[in-house]
Amino acid sequence: MTYWRVPLDLDQVEIPHGNIQIIVNQCKGCGFCVEYCPQNVLAMSTDFNRKGYHYPNIIKQDLCVNCNLCEIICPEFAIFVIEDKPRHPNPGDILKGGGNHGS
Amino acid sequence: MNKTATGFTKKLDIPTPKEKLRHPMDRYLRTERFPHIWCATCGIGTILTAFISGLEKSGLEQEKVAVVSGIGCSGRAAGYLRLDSFHTTHGRAIPFATGLALGNPELKVVVISGDGDLVAIGGNHFIHAARRNIDLTIICINNFNYAMTGGQAGPTTPIEANASTAPYGCYEFPFNLPYLAESSGAVYVARWTSLHIRRLAKSITEALLKPGFSFIEVICPCSTLYARRNRLGTGLDLMRFYHDNALIKHGADTREIDIHYQDRIVVGKFIDKDKPTFLQKRDKFLRGKLGDKFVPYKGPQPI
Repeated sequence: MTYWRVPLDLDQVEIPHGNIQIIVNQCKGCGFCVEYCPQNVLAMSTDFNRKGYHYPNIIKQDLCVNCNLCEIICPEFAIFVIEDKPRHPNPGDILKGGGNHGS
Repeated sequence: MNKTATGFTKKLDIPTPKEKLRHPMDRYLRTERFPHIWCATCGIGTILTAFISGLEKSGLEQEKVAVVSGIGCSGRAAGYLRLDSFHTTHGRAIPFATGLALGNPELKVVVISGDGDLVAIGGNHFIHAARRNIDLTIICINNFNYAMTGGQAGPTTPIEANASTAPYGCYEFPFNLPYLAESSGAVYVARWTSLHIRRLAKSITEALLKPGFSFIEVICPCSTLYARRNRLGTGLDLMRFYHDNALIKHGADTREIDIHYQDRIVVGKFIDKDKPTFLQKRDKFLRGKLGDKFVPYKGPQPI
C-alpha cells in the first residue's frame, strides 16, 4: 500500500493485512490470482503440484491488504485469506517527494 | 506449518490430512467431490465462488435454498454445492425448479445452468417461467458453445465464431438473452462476465432477495473449446479481453446489447422492477373470484 502524500489523519490510518493460504494441490494453475492481485503479492512458481500444474507462490506477503480478490476469483477454491492485525503506515509507504503537498 | 518467504516448503506440498487447509467456503461445498471437472482457466468455478459469496451476503438459510441445474459443464454446479441440489435432465432444469418452487413456496430455488441447456432445449420452459413470473433465480452461464459435448454451435454462438459444427464460422443469428428475458417478463435482468466478480456477487444477492423471475447472464471463458477453436488463447486471455471490452451500462436498453464476435460486451443491471409473482397473483385473483371458499396452499405440512 503506497500513499502519494502523507495522509492528514496519519495517526488514525490503518492498513488492513491478510495472511494468504494456498491449497497447493487443489490449484490448476490458471493464473487468475497472480494476474488480478492489486498488490502483486503472488507469482507463479516454477515447481509443480501433485497434479502437474504450476501454482502461485507468495512473494510479498507483507503487501497483502486483505482485499480477498484472490479468494473470490479462484475457480478452484484453492486460495483464501485470513484477516490479520492491521498495521499503521510507515515512512516506506509514502511515495518519495510526497509529504509536503500544498506547501 | 513451515512457510518461507517464497511460499510453502516442499514438505507441505503433499499435505497430510491433519495439515489440510480448509477453505472458508467449504461449508457450502461438497469437497469430497473435488477437484471439480472444469478445465484450468474455465470461469465456471469463479462464478460458483461468486454465487456462494452472494448467498452468504443475502442472509438466506442454507436449508431454505435449493439449486437445480441441467446438463452441460455448468450443470455440474449443483453437484458441488452442499445445498439441496438436483441435476436434472437436459433442458428441464426450469420445469423441475418450477415444481419445487410451487410445491414448497418457502424454498428459494436457484437454477444454475448453461446457455445451451436454458435457452436451446429448455427455451420454451425459460420463456414460460418468465411469463408466469415464478419465483426463481436463473444464473445462465454463457460460454457461447456446447462445451461439454465438443464445442458445437449453440443458440448464443456469435456470427463469425468458429465451432465444431460451424467450421467456416457460425452464420446463425444468436439470441440476445437479456432482451429475451425482459420481453418474456423477467423482473430482474443483469449481465456480467466472470471477471466482474464482486458486481456479480452483489447482483446474485439482489436477485436472490427479489421475489419473481430474476435472470443473470454471466459470460464465461471456455478455454478448451471456444477459445482454442477461435485461437483466442487461454481463459486468462479472455478475462483480459473482458477487462478491456466490457462496458458497464446500468439500465441499458436490452434491445441494443447484442454480443458480436470479439466485440464490446455491455454489462450491468438492466431491469429491476416489481411485479406480483405467480403465487401472489394466483392467490389474489382466486380470492377475488371465490371469496372465502378459496383455501390457499401453504406448502408441505407436517404429518
